[in-house]
Amino acid sequence: MTNGPLLQVEHLTVSFDDFKAIDDLSLTLEPQSVRVLIGPNGAGKSTLLDAIIGRVRPSAGRIVLRGTDITRMPAHRIVRAGICRKFQTPGLLDSLTVYENLALADARGRGWRAALRTRPTRDQQVRTEQILQLTGLTAERHRPAGRLAHGQKQWLEIGMVVASDAELLLLDEPAAGMSHGEREQTADLVQRLTTRHSVLVIDHDMAFVERLRAPVSVLHMGRLLKEGTLQEVRQDPQVRAVYLGRADELECDCA
Amino acid sequence: MPRREFLVHLLVLGVLALGPWWLSPYNLSLLGRFLAMSILALGLTVVWGWGGFLSLGQGVFFGLGGYALAMNLKLAGLAPGDLPDFMVWSGLDHLPWWWAPFRHPVVALAAVVLVPAAVAGLFAWLVFHRRVRGVYFALLTQAFALALATLLISQQAYTGGFNGLTDYGPLFGVHLTDASAQTTLYAVTLGALCACYGLATWLSRSHFGRLLVAIRDGENRVRCLGYDTVPYKVAAFALAGAFAGVAGALFAAQVGVISPAMVGVVPSIEMLIWVAVGGRESLAGAVLGCLLVNFGKDWVSSAMPSVWLFVMGGLFIVVVTVLPQGIGGLLARRSAPGPAADAAPMTPEPAGP
Repeated sequence: MTNGPLLQVEHLTVSFDDFKAIDDLSLTLEPQSVRVLIGPNGAGKSTLLDAIIGRVRPSAGRIVLRGTDITRMPAHRIVRAGICRKFQTPGLLDSLTVYENLALADARGRGWRAALRTRPTRDQQVRTEQILQLTGLTAERHRPAGRLAHGQKQWLEIGMVVASDAELLLLDEPAAGMSHGEREQTADLVQRLTTRHSVLVIDHDMAFVERLRAPVSVLHMGRLLKEGTLQEVRQDPQVRAVYLGRADELECDCA
Repeated sequence: MPRREFLVHLLVLGVLALGPWWLSPYNLSLLGRFLAMSILALGLTVVWGWGGFLSLGQGVFFGLGGYALAMNLKLAGLAPGDLPDFMVWSGLDHLPWWWAPFRHPVVALAAVVLVPAAVAGLFAWLVFHRRVRGVYFALLTQAFALALATLLISQQAYTGGFNGLTDYGPLFGVHLTDASAQTTLYAVTLGALCACYGLATWLSRSHFGRLLVAIRDGENRVRCLGYDTVPYKVAAFALAGAFAGVAGALFAAQVGVISPAMVGVVPSIEMLIWVAVGGRESLAGAVLGCLLVNFGKDWVSSAMPSVWLFVMGGLFIVVVTVLPQGIGGLLARRSAPGPAADAAPMTPEPAGP
């Protein structure tokens, strides 16, 4: 099944008591594409990711991955079905080394036979080396993850998500707190991922979003407000109204 | 294992193996029972040190292992149809059905490992499956210890009650109180400790071991990488249960008694202190902590019997506030692979302050 959409979110609603964090939202992602999700704080971006990976349960609607309904699957099964998420706050395993973090994230490590192995298989080693290179962390392989610089931590997390072999990667603010140069590197990294994966990115940083050159979806109050290129979205009066008083957030501060 | 570390282990093992030649019989018997208890400490390192779930009920599994062997020893040497002494005193006229299989020493020895492992596994599955974690898990284990100790005391006719099981018959025809049997038991204990130590060391280097540490550092993170964390935690807890069971059986065989006093809340907490003093992440620390605390206990309580509990409390406070990594952490800091250690690996540390 290589044709057809990768992920379909259909009429999804997530409520916390009376508050609808996601309100009848539908969204479709194509294979091997990048999509950016923007929106003011509280728009429901992170909640949407939470619902996709099974951390919160939607009250209505469904989420379909390659034809399989994953709406009520437990979190670890959703990862195995093909969706892995990088969280907003760094979620590394600090006392393990960079290499160990990646090896742990490797999909080949799941299951009991793999659990009792003291050495990674040749297959796993090759894969982990590839990801070390991809993320530029080859030289840091033996450092405990907790001692990495901030930007490197973000890259390692992206690397872990890649190692999970999931077809769809959800990146929650992958460039947060990075320097200008690091953000550019991260954007390039994300684009390189599309040879094997689809990527859904949340970010606030417009320079970063611009560099991704990907379609943008604007979320507001749990609804999809607008979809289009970054240029189109920026010109949209509704979007500008939502960012009222903060419309400069939509501008690229590096222009 | 780095070569130097391996040699240190070998040296310590050699000194312990020669114990019967350089220790007085009294000290040898103490060392033997403390080494047995340190097998339990290894299990605590696995679940608490690596997995991060605190068990305040390790006495349960120690007790199950001890009772499993003791039941066989009570039945051994009885004429067919005879009952163990405490059953007669309690007015029982036939052996309860669940005692019968323990007549066979092989069954009893298997039960020493399997019963605690199964009970620990089932308990862990029920608790972890419901996503109970952290302090709530610890409280449940403590409640479990209290419940088992209370049950053992209340069922006098079946368990020997408060006095537990003592006054044993022979195991495989050998009376355990014989001097030569004590030496053999010491050797068996040391062998069991080595086997469990080896198993745990191997585990620490396996993917499973790293997963445990990862679950401690961030369980949700591990789940979001596609792992179901429950089976790994259950397996670790069952293994710690099996270790505790072996420890309990070796203890009962050497001391000649197993009673609720070794099962309940207070002994379970004491077990944690061994590991806390030794350093909860280090296997060597667990053994060392167990030996130090117990020899200390023996020494203090024979000199000033009423003081021990205060010493133990003080020790716990000191470890928690000043030495959170215990003695093992202190040793690891000295040999930690840092830039300085890389540059001069053989430089001896200056001794003392």
